[in-house]
Amino acid sequence: MPKPVKLEVSRRRLLAAGTATAMAGVVPGAQAQPHPSRQKPSQRPTGVSFEVNGKPRSLQVDNRTTLLDALRENLSLTGTKKGCDHGQCGACTVIVNGVRINSCLTLAVMHEGDRITTIEGLGQPEQLHPMQAAFVKHDGYQCGYCTPGQICSAVAVLDEIKAGIPSHVSPDLTAPPELTNAELRERMSGNICRCGAYSNIAEAIAEVAGSST
Amino acid sequence: MKEFTYERAASTQEAAAKAKETPGAKFIAGGTNLLDLMKLEIETPRHLIDVNGLGLDKIENTQDGGLRIGALVRNTALAADMRVRKDYGVLSRALLAGASGQLRNKATTAGNLLQRTRCPYFYDINQPCNKRSPGSGCAAIEGFSRQLGVIGTSESCIATNPSDMAVAMRALDAEVETVDDRGRTRKIPIAEFHRLPGDTPHIETTLASGELITAVTLPRPIGGTHVYRKVRDRASYAFALVSVAAVLQRDGTGRVAVGGVAHRPWRVEDAEADLPKGAKAFSARLLADAKPTNDNAFKIPLVERTVAAALNDARQQ
Repeated sequence: MPKPVKLEVSRRRLLAAGTATAMAGVVPGAQAQPHPSRQKPSQRPTGVSFEVNGKPRSLQVDNRTTLLDALRENLSLTGTKKGCDHGQCGACTVIVNGVRINSCLTLAVMHEGDRITTIEGLGQPEQLHPMQAAFVKHDGYQCGYCTPGQICSAVAVLDEIKAGIPSHVSPDLTAPPELTNAELRERMSGNICRCGAYSNIAEAIAEVAGSST
Repeated sequence: MKEFTYERAASTQEAAAKAKETPGAKFIAGGTNLLDLMKLEIETPRHLIDVNGLGLDKIENTQDGGLRIGALVRNTALAADMRVRKDYGVLSRALLAGASGQLRNKATTAGNLLQRTRCPYFYDINQPCNKRSPGSGCAAIEGFSRQLGVIGTSESCIATNPSDMAVAMRALDAEVETVDDRGRTRKIPIAEFHRLPGDTPHIETTLASGELITAVTLPRPIGGTHVYRKVRDRASYAFALVSVAAVLQRDGTGRVAVGGVAHRPWRVEDAEADLPKGAKAFSARLLADAKPTNDNAFKIPLVERTVAAALNDARQQ
């Protein structure tokens, strides 16, 4: 039997290093959650009604159900993706009442009466939204997992610029924001692409922005 | 996530009363921090009181020429308000330097003030943490503490407050308006809102049980050049290693609050007398009592250099 190697590292240092690895991201400790229907069933379902892609929907959900899980598991709208499930990656981005949010960090029961648009509501294979067509044209993805979130986010970003909302990189806070590459990159920073298709994503968004202004 | 019951509050006083009388109750507004922590079972409320429907989402002019920001005003709406952009630029800049577009669209003014630390040992439920589990100890002090506090720390906790917005509000002398379970209101100066950790790091603010934030007020604009400088590990969407909120006047006087270094936004009014002498003199006084760890000692010179950069920005604007 080989002699055990004596490691020159204390338990404390080892724990510190483990935590340090987790710390490289925005927030450590992130892990995706199972849908509540796969956890212990709740005794207290709550009713909620909202509009998804123009259709009224009424659901009975466990209070713990996020909007993301309601869309994917209860309504079978699986275009919206679960990435980190902690608001760090943006794969779950949907548009609620005209504003993009992380659907993983909001409860379904908090959306009574809201208008929700998912990737399925923006366009369909036979009738693509201009942003979807631009992502295809510019190859704005590789594996495609982050793409629905990227596209929902990009559509809302152009509306935010039109509404005059400044960003961290806007040189003048009181002037209307400009449609520069730096602006688009800053505004899209909540959507992570593991394949690194960022430059093509920025080109796709710039093309749509250019044709709509 | 642990089970909980849920209700939509009908009035601010009712929400405060319900929060006080219901064991394990918590308010939920944007939910971007609370739900993250609930998924990790760091927060385990038994009852959630949704305060989104209470009409607290307006920004109004006050009689003395300031602004009253409703507790539920979203970070995006606050940063984009033209009055804030013109007269309180440091606040717009701080908000826009934080989180992502999606999160700013959901996160609220009051929720931002109440967000929990991002100390990795607070997040790792397998580690001791006096903030998460009082009395269990602090794994951060001898652990990986690069991002953590250098001043106002204690033997129990070296966590930092992660907010950018609060640092700007500290420089602007904001006040936090609240209502309690009996309908009584009060205003808490931002300087007295966040506590230092001491030996009770789990108590982070001076709010009483059930007390609900209804608004944050800003005093009349003080003019000057507004600068928010944030130093972080990537160019966007990361918490600050060090941040500087500065309102600087032409005669060299001004106000400077610093983020990323303490359990609350760090401002020492007496030190501001040294601002005309430059960043070195000011920072030496601001951080005179600092007790950094080996991992985060770099924050001391980094504060000085970031303040110098902010002073330089102000001169060029």
